[in-house]
Amino acid sequence: MMAETITIGKALNHGLRRSLEHDSKVVIMGEDVGKLGGVFRITDGLQKDFGEDRVIDTPLAEAGIVGTAVGLAIRGYRPVCEIQFDGFVFPAYNQIVAQVAKMFYRSKGKVRLPIVIRIPYGGGIGAVEHHSESPEAYFSHTPGLKVVTCSNPADAYWMIQQAIRSDDPIVFFEPKRRYWEKGEVDLDGDLAGAYPLHEARVVREGTDATLLAYGPMVRTALDAATAAAEDGRNLEVIDLRTLSPVDYEKIYSSVRRTGRAVVVHEAPGNIGLGAELAARITEHCFYSLEAPVLRVTGYDIPYPAARVEEEYLPDLDRVLDAVDRSFGW
Amino acid sequence: MGGADAPAGGFVQLLTPDGERIDSVTTADGTTYSVDFTDDEYRELYRDLVTVRRLDAEATALQRQGELGIWASLLGQEAAQVGSGRAMRPQDMAFPTYREHGVLYTRGIDPIMPFGLFRGVDQGGWDANEHRFNGYTIVIGSQTLHATGYAMGVTMDGKTGGPDGEAVIAYFGDGATSQGEVNEAFVWAGVFHAPMVFFCQNNQYAISEPLERQTRIPLYRRAAGYGFPGVRIDGNDVLASFAVTRAALDNARNGQGPTLIEAYTYRMGAHTSSDDPTRYRIASEVESWKAKDPISRLRAFLAKQQLGDDAFFDEVDEAAKKLALDLRERVLAMPDPQPVSMFDHVYPNGSPELEAQRAQFAAYHASFEGSDH
Repeated sequence: MMAETITIGKALNHGLRRSLEHDSKVVIMGEDVGKLGGVFRITDGLQKDFGEDRVIDTPLAEAGIVGTAVGLAIRGYRPVCEIQFDGFVFPAYNQIVAQVAKMFYRSKGKVRLPIVIRIPYGGGIGAVEHHSESPEAYFSHTPGLKVVTCSNPADAYWMIQQAIRSDDPIVFFEPKRRYWEKGEVDLDGDLAGAYPLHEARVVREGTDATLLAYGPMVRTALDAATAAAEDGRNLEVIDLRTLSPVDYEKIYSSVRRTGRAVVVHEAPGNIGLGAELAARITEHCFYSLEAPVLRVTGYDIPYPAARVEEEYLPDLDRVLDAVDRSFGW
Repeated sequence: MGGADAPAGGFVQLLTPDGERIDSVTTADGTTYSVDFTDDEYRELYRDLVTVRRLDAEATALQRQGELGIWASLLGQEAAQVGSGRAMRPQDMAFPTYREHGVLYTRGIDPIMPFGLFRGVDQGGWDANEHRFNGYTIVIGSQTLHATGYAMGVTMDGKTGGPDGEAVIAYFGDGATSQGEVNEAFVWAGVFHAPMVFFCQNNQYAISEPLERQTRIPLYRRAAGYGFPGVRIDGNDVLASFAVTRAALDNARNGQGPTLIEAYTYRMGAHTSSDDPTRYRIASEVESWKAKDPISRLRAFLAKQQLGDDAFFDEVDEAAKKLALDLRERVLAMPDPQPVSMFDHVYPNGSPELEAQRAQFAAYHASFEGSDH
């Protein structure tokens, strides 16, 4: 086993490289993905090694990136689209929700669109407007799309490869503020042995309450669990990994044991994934619950200016406060 | 260029509304367009035009009788569709809107295919690759990007640069030219030199909005801004439609990049059966376009050239009627889908959540007395 310690960003780069090597039909397309290697350098070096037909620098128009990917997919290619930032995905929204999500259904299964749409998302990097949003609920609400997000280098490496090999259209959210966090990745491993794409993972076992998080908030939830342990509270942390569909069984079995659940995400709470999770847990685990399912989320405002984003983003203290409220019920 | 009743700026016309054949037309860029049909080929084009009009009329009748939820009629646009459709080679790929029933017919596809969509028993549901004709696209202009991406794939597959090459044609209307996505398709096609033809059927109205609400310049001239040629044709002239589309498709398959064709035509009926065109256009305008009818001019030409007599015209009408009545029977026999089938084909790899909902739905229906679900 060749385990290396690398960042999430580098793990994605390796995963994309391996996908390009594995299947000549895989193409990467987007604004700045070629010579520059993407604004976050996730595609660094790929055009140099695979050529301009495999790693395509496109004109600057998101609907065009996704819309032409639809045609390429009908032609038999497996396009991986890069949307440069979360807040720039909306010009492509029509193509994603009206075309990518529905073509398989519309054609009664005769037209497959194995497209991956990569979106760096979330805040915490001090960026200007449109560069820090968490639009995952919009896509999770759309039947026909699968929505996934990674939180560590190993998942980043495997999940991007699994997404590209899947015939399901997948929106792949990358936690941009965690791009530089490191972890061990077995770069030579076998994809067949990778953790299943659609499963949530218990990343810390515990007995007293369940923290549900995904993407950039998994680190925050783990830090909160470490801090809570000092107060004698043993928190379980689940990384959802897949936001549509959610792996509910893993969540229910955890909450039935712990009796308490706190959902943590950066996106605004109103009509968000946390609301859905709270409703489902209430419906399925009602007699096991010691307290209502609580949410720690971004506020219901446009993403604020960078100098106050630390107040907007859920942090360790807000998570611990919610855990306290759960225990105070 | 441009014979009788040409718009300002002219258009390519090879058959006048009176049925006069114009031998060839040379446009300002020096390109000469002509056709060299055999007698049988002229007659078959006439048969196509009559057949698609008859099928369309049958569909309109079916809608009025409540058998179709809605219908988008091609009445008046037969020449644009048949001419461009017949110009395609078998290996070429078409990306239609929801009105290209005539193009669909020329692809040799069973004309019943779109009826599931309009009857409400499915969303289309045919195999785009098998028929070389993609699903109908309802969101205006989206398919032009799909066509462009597909054409990029043709280039990447090395299928351009010779007569065996493949070309792609994207259909859209005058209203679609206002869409951002159509402009992005033009940008992409120009930049990537995509082997494709943008075929705009300018039927003068986007539902109720006239052409003046979409553009201040003739639409074909927009192509220059994206770096490829634009040609305007008499959209009611099946010969011009064929000649110019064939040349543009050949250019595409030979590696010469995209062309925009503006077929200057007129939608004689409503936008769809839900619409009332008497609210937004005057009768005299419709009458003036009747005089330019694509079928009557070809019929006049055939008669003058003694390529068709009354027996021939009657036989064509009768065959079209038979096909239409056969279609009617088959449409009426289209079964409603099983309700539980609505859960099919959401994801290639399925979804546990959806499977649970399907099971719940089936159990709920089964709980009713006498249920056959």
